[in-house]
Amino acid sequence: MIDHSHIDEHRDDEGAKTGMWIFIFTELLLFGGLFIVYSVYRYLNPLAFHMAAEELDVWLGTLNTVILLVSSMTIAMAVTSIQLRNKRLTLILMGITVFLALLFMVNKYFEWTGKISHGIFPGSEILHQSSQGEILFFGLYYAMTGLHALHIVVGVAFIAYVMRLVKIDDVKHDDFVILENSALYWHLVDLIWIFLFPLFYLIT
Amino acid sequence: MENGQPHIVKYQTFAVVLIVLLVFTFSSVAITQLDLGVYSVTAALVFASLKSILVLMYFMHLKFDNKFYAIMMTGIVLILISLISITFLDYLYR
Repeated sequence: MIDHSHIDEHRDDEGAKTGMWIFIFTELLLFGGLFIVYSVYRYLNPLAFHMAAEELDVWLGTLNTVILLVSSMTIAMAVTSIQLRNKRLTLILMGITVFLALLFMVNKYFEWTGKISHGIFPGSEILHQSSQGEILFFGLYYAMTGLHALHIVVGVAFIAYVMRLVKIDDVKHDDFVILENSALYWHLVDLIWIFLFPLFYLIT
Repeated sequence: MENGQPHIVKYQTFAVVLIVLLVFTFSSVAITQLDLGVYSVTAALVFASLKSILVLMYFMHLKFDNKFYAIMMTGIVLILISLISITFLDYLYR
């Protein structure tokens, strides 16, 4: 079976996916480096990190973990549903993913503004009077969760763009590698949070 | 993608994986609420590692895709583990 309408189409799905994976590896090394910085400073300032971590709301962190895990499942299901030629369900699942991502950001907003209203932010008066370890903890907290939140924003834009492609049938059951790549990116965001959550919220 | 025929993962598979992930999440929250000292750090990291393996294998299709991706991923994990070990060897024994 030769489909002549596709004869001059240049496609390399395997290559596109490999490229995405290589990008994911660079991201893992970037966050891996930050995790090393965090663990070394934690090792050097155990008491201050313990005190500072107590300040974070475990329940808000758990809620955001659940939100990200569910959104990861919905985008994974979107890849299945596009293969089953269910365009409507694909769009619904991607829409839920974007909605949950925004919900995550709303929680993050309340969490950060809560901290800031208590005078805990880089360069604040209260933090200047705290120990070196607490300054380090909150510096890393803002830098690492901030960098992660930036990835969430990029993920939302990426998924929203692919939703448009699905809508105009540019992404179909036999041509969906960009949807797969946006899903991979979203899972990466989830993967990073899986480690950020215990490091900042759980280990006190 | 083997033989050019992509593997379609069932919706149920993803639902089951999500349930396990949620169970692991709540277990790690519960276990760290108890005061176990060093063990709570270990437990939290073990649960995080188990969760990331599930996400990589099922959500990110490593179990069904070309083995090449899984091998590269393992390589990255090994690089990260060796980086962390070397850093801590320095800090623990300087």
